[in-house]
Amino acid sequence: MVEKKIKLVRTDEKIYEVGILALQGDFELHTQALKRTGHESLLVKTPDELKRVKRLIIPGGESTTVNKLVDIYNLRRPLIEFGRKNPVWGTCAGLIMLARDSNDPRVQPFELIDIDAARNAYGRQVHSFSKKSKISLNGRSEEIELVFIRAPKITRVGDNVQVLAELDGEIVMAREKNILVSAFHPELSESTLIHEYFLTM
Amino acid sequence: MKNSDNYKIKVGLAEMLKGGVIMDVTTPEQAKIAEDSGAVAVMALEKVPADIRKEGGVARMAAIEVIEQIKEVVSIPVMAKVRIGHFAEAQMLEAMEVDFIDESEVLTPADDKYHIDKWDFKVPFVCGCRNLGEALRRISEGAAMIRTKGEAGSGNIVEAVRHMRLVMGHIRKLQNMNPEELKSEAREMGVDVELVKKTAELGKLPVPNFAAGGIATPADASLMMQLGAESVFVGSGIFKSDDPAVRAKAIVQATTHFRDPKVLIEVSRHLGGAMKGLDINKIPEDELLQIR
Repeated sequence: MVEKKIKLVRTDEKIYEVGILALQGDFELHTQALKRTGHESLLVKTPDELKRVKRLIIPGGESTTVNKLVDIYNLRRPLIEFGRKNPVWGTCAGLIMLARDSNDPRVQPFELIDIDAARNAYGRQVHSFSKKSKISLNGRSEEIELVFIRAPKITRVGDNVQVLAELDGEIVMAREKNILVSAFHPELSESTLIHEYFLTM
Repeated sequence: MKNSDNYKIKVGLAEMLKGGVIMDVTTPEQAKIAEDSGAVAVMALEKVPADIRKEGGVARMAAIEVIEQIKEVVSIPVMAKVRIGHFAEAQMLEAMEVDFIDESEVLTPADDKYHIDKWDFKVPFVCGCRNLGEALRRISEGAAMIRTKGEAGSGNIVEAVRHMRLVMGHIRKLQNMNPEELKSEAREMGVDVELVKKTAELGKLPVPNFAAGGIATPADASLMMQLGAESVFVGSGIFKSDDPAVRAKAIVQATTHFRDPKVLIEVSRHLGGAMKGLDINKIPEDELLQIR
């Protein structure tokens, strides 16, 4: 009798193409955006969950809160090590967490990309705004609504950082090797261009 | 900017606050403790609801100086409350660049008929609700975030639970209705049928839905999150407890890991005493804040 081998994969061991850091913030919106690209994602709250994803999105939220929670849950070291090898994308607060310097003692960033950031640099909520702009990535161009919410500015970029988008003289999206940052929220727009770009990194 | 773009930005900030804790504070020192404990935002007010309840009299928007000082010491969003219908207080808060306005039943209402027309403002509003009809009416008026009313200053979670269950249960009912029934339902609630349809489709409110009114422990926060809340407001619960900083941190962690009882056990050790709290049935009906 031929024994049939059935390999069972426990759902809690499944490896995901992409994970979203879900300590606090708009991680749901990234989940939905990734769904529109046909990808299931894993919400990451623990070091064990981080081991089950190939790339990670750090969403928008409050960087002071995320900074606190990262330490409470012993995620700082694992996240930095993860980001040295794997693609990581930070939007808004996520950009601040990935930067070299946050210009604020309340937030100690991971120093994974050679940029400096300034928190809430456009001002308080009444100065939040959105603007349509053309973004070109991987030979594809799309007009995207760029939504800035109490957004940070990139105040310095290192020599090896590639500028991917600018708006009114400010750098709003950049990449260095496997690290991508955007000051705006692509997950709040209809377009999935940037999510698809991240999936090719 | 078009009104719809503006609305997206207002709801956008509410989205960024998800999975977090918004704490009531009355002084810059408390605001600092809240920020250091991991609050996603602070609500600046003159007195916490428990004291408003105790002291009676007319409760109004906080003093300008208090709001200004709090804005100065923290980098997280600062919210403030206005009386229901008091659009002049709201105009002042907007001009002060407060990040979010709570049109709140905790303060003494200024208008017994009309809520503020929130579409006119650039600053986003949050409003309280006891049921789905109330939530959708506030959204129709331009609210970018909804929270349960619960019973503020009571330290008793029962009313917030009731309100969250009513909202979520009603949405589940909508999901089983045909177009005709949805229309009739919309008429009964006094809101546009398109909004009702959208809510049924989404299976949740079209704006972030937070819990408020009576949260006093990490377990309370977890309970509300498991019932469908996307963040929690803690009013008197933190600064009326024995050790505010420790309790604030514990509630923040309980909100992140609301489905993990092990985390809840860990953070609930050595918390010190919670606020005393009130039996809802012993509050005279005309002193209930939620009926405002």
